Amino acid sequence: MDVELRGLTKRFGSVVANDHVDLQIRAGEVLGLLGENGAGKSTMMNMLSGLYSPDEGEILIDGKPVKFEGPGDGIEAGIGMVHQHFMLVPVMTVAENVVLGVEPTGRFGHLDIKKARAQVEEINQKYRLHVPPDELIEELPVGIQQRVEILKVLFRSADVLILDEPTAVLTPQEVHEFFGIVDTLKKAGKAIVFITHKLHEVLEISDRISVLRQGRITGEGDPKTLTEADLAEMMVGRPVSFTTAKEPAKPGRTMLEMSDVTMLDEADEMLLDHVSLTVRSGEVVGVAGVQGNGQTELVEAITGLERVASGKIVFDGDDITTASVRERHKMGMAHIPEDRHKSGMVDSFTVAENMVLNSYYSPYYSKGWAIDWQKVNETAARYCVEFDVRTPSVFLPGGALSGGNQQKMVVARELERETKLVVASQPTRGVDVGSIEYIHERLIASRDEGDGVLIVSSELDEIMGLSDRIYVMYDGKIVAEFDNTGGKADRNAVGLAMAGAHEGEAA
Amino acid sequence: MTDKRPDLKDVNERMRGLLARTTHGRDDFEDLVIVPVFAVIVALIFGALIMLATAVDLPTIGRSFVALAVGSVGSLSAWSETLTASIPLVLAGLGLGLGFRAGLFNIGAEGQLLMGGLAAVVAGFSLDFLPMVLHLPLTLLVGALVGALYAAIAGFLKATTGAHEVISTIMLNLISFRLLDWFLRQPFIQREGRSDPISKDVPPSAELPRILDFIDVNLRLHAGIFVMLAAVALVYWMLFRSKIGFAFRASGENPDAANYAGMKAAFIIVLAMGTAGALAGLAGATQVQGVLGRASPGFSAGIGFDAIAVALLGRSHPVGILFAGILFGALEAGGRQMQVDAGVSIDLIGIIQALIIIFIAAPLLVRSIFPWGFRKRRKGGEA
Repeated sequence: MDVELRGLTKRFGSVVANDHVDLQIRAGEVLGLLGENGAGKSTMMNMLSGLYSPDEGEILIDGKPVKFEGPGDGIEAGIGMVHQHFMLVPVMTVAENVVLGVEPTGRFGHLDIKKARAQVEEINQKYRLHVPPDELIEELPVGIQQRVEILKVLFRSADVLILDEPTAVLTPQEVHEFFGIVDTLKKAGKAIVFITHKLHEVLEISDRISVLRQGRITGEGDPKTLTEADLAEMMVGRPVSFTTAKEPAKPGRTMLEMSDVTMLDEADEMLLDHVSLTVRSGEVVGVAGVQGNGQTELVEAITGLERVASGKIVFDGDDITTASVRERHKMGMAHIPEDRHKSGMVDSFTVAENMVLNSYYSPYYSKGWAIDWQKVNETAARYCVEFDVRTPSVFLPGGALSGGNQQKMVVARELERETKLVVASQPTRGVDVGSIEYIHERLIASRDEGDGVLIVSSELDEIMGLSDRIYVMYDGKIVAEFDNTGGKADRNAVGLAMAGAHEGEAA
Repeated sequence: MTDKRPDLKDVNERMRGLLARTTHGRDDFEDLVIVPVFAVIVALIFGALIMLATAVDLPTIGRSFVALAVGSVGSLSAWSETLTASIPLVLAGLGLGLGFRAGLFNIGAEGQLLMGGLAAVVAGFSLDFLPMVLHLPLTLLVGALVGALYAAIAGFLKATTGAHEVISTIMLNLISFRLLDWFLRQPFIQREGRSDPISKDVPPSAELPRILDFIDVNLRLHAGIFVMLAAVALVYWMLFRSKIGFAFRASGENPDAANYAGMKAAFIIVLAMGTAGALAGLAGATQVQGVLGRASPGFSAGIGFDAIAVALLGRSHPVGILFAGILFGALEAGGRQMQVDAGVSIDLIGIIQALIIIFIAAPLLVRSIFPWGFRKRRKGGEA
């Protein structure tokens, strides 16, 4: 099935979200769709699924114009969406989730679960998805849950699959397997739209690439002839540098020293297994690892969010093993949290309030027991200008900003103080290319001002590009350490260590 | 864009833009003003329909609405009754609203109010050697303090064991009812020569003076209204100006972010519950010191529960709670008049109050009943 968009336009008030978009989606082909946050990708996809109706232009399926009236019409016509955030019921089985809403029924209108299971199994075999139909969703890893989402749209006999940022939640191995599935689907004649902002992935998997910027198609091309730099320029509208320019590190005194730190969960399982590491002033230390190997707990131990079971943490000469979050913050520790929505900001608070979320109590912002809002607002405005946080006003709720600007807001708050140590966890997750570049520059700037910088990231490129030294975590342990001066660490060796091979060079 | 430093003039220009106050959008206005107003109107209409359904004839329905209006705002005496009834509602409502802001769903205002009121009575008759300037404020303070301590029990249980405050405050309400009955039979508290549970009187030096008695001695409005207005200002300052209020709101909106920011959850829970209890206790104290003059079983008369509705209707905002409390006070005062003039049961007022809350909680329902006054919602929402 082929789908064509012709001059598709959608306006929201004065904002043109999609401006005469032309796009061709062909059977047996993977179309990579690139665009920054807010470029209009979601609007376009929502028009394809029938959620929005276009103001101008038309959608043609196999050459015939169609008109979608409501959210069910897209899938009815064979266009299926796999959303970034899964829509599954955790306490139900795979088969139950797949048939939910279109259940096969028996003679008396009751759910025929046997038939459902058989149908699910058939699709499972055909596309080699390897999904266990009787497992509960909550028992399955994220990568498998995603395949259940794919199974869902296949079950509804979709011929066009739109995958919205599918790799954002996957580990490198899972990404590899996922690409295998995309390939199978393609060979079976399905049309795939792969939405992402990861440039190397789109080059790897797509047959054609379209780039969307400010609602318009700004570039199209063949992945065989395009480079990442070309794509980034189409996305952002200016040349983007991928390698953050930096001088060699000048490591000074030890800023952070963890020795033999262990952390246990409620069932006494080891979350951190005798972790020892150091971060010196003037260097960037990266912690690489597949997500869920203790990095979150490592950051919690350093920043004081969780108590450690044993071991010692020393921050610039002071033992902070039992110090509170606020004490560490006062001593000059900055913390960019891994999930800004979960813990880094309060969506309903204004940009100004978010800018002082963890320093509102300081004498600088105080008038007795009250907060000096005048000062808070002025400081927030200065930070916004300084860190290029794009918002019309500091009184706008933080939740109304785009992802990249929210992250810049968090980064501004953390770095614009007197700091000695910056702990940055997934500092550029869900952030557009332009903002990534900027955040990286600021982290290097902190290093050059003499801070120790610890970056925890599941993006290996980010770790390789920024770090002067690299630790690799696996199963709660530091399993390897690499010197990365001048980018000399071996990417393959780091990747192997991430997968659990116990061979790393000693520093 | 990032490589060149913007010059100072440009920076100043941009900062001025960022600091310009955003005007409140029309959506805010619709949510905060139009929806509540329509909710009240719809609730009154439904009230009329219910009267019709229970075989009340049309003229009587007409008379009862006239009585409702006259009895709540139709005269100086009506205003006095309305405001008198609103004082404890606003005070307790402020406490609950503050708790909601901090993410605590406190159902325990009724119990806190009873304990605070009882403590105020006891302080009233046992400290009667003090001059009024000390006696009156001290008695109010004792009421607030005991209310705070009683509420802090639920806060402490949540902070240390994770016991949910909805359950524990409901249980504490039940305990407070029986505790009050028991206290009222203690020889120290029970009035001499009475066998039924009733306390001694609050002496004049601890009474909140009536402020309109120079016009007419029957006007019951008392100085508690100043306590109420001061509390509105104080809670506003606390929530939106003070450091602790910032921590309250952050904890309520996003506990993980509050934790990340170094705010201590246990401390905030106990403090927010305590403050809410202090306001409920104060509500009880103003009621016994300004209106009742003594404590008797169930003297709270459900104010602590009505205050939940007041806090919700007021959107947990101090000024909203003030208006919502006055509205509920007006319904209370008008309802009494309605019963006298039209012979319609005051229970109808309870039904109307409940309907108002339902319509407030379902703004979409109100929007669909009243298409006028609302700007059309964009289909599909944001880009």
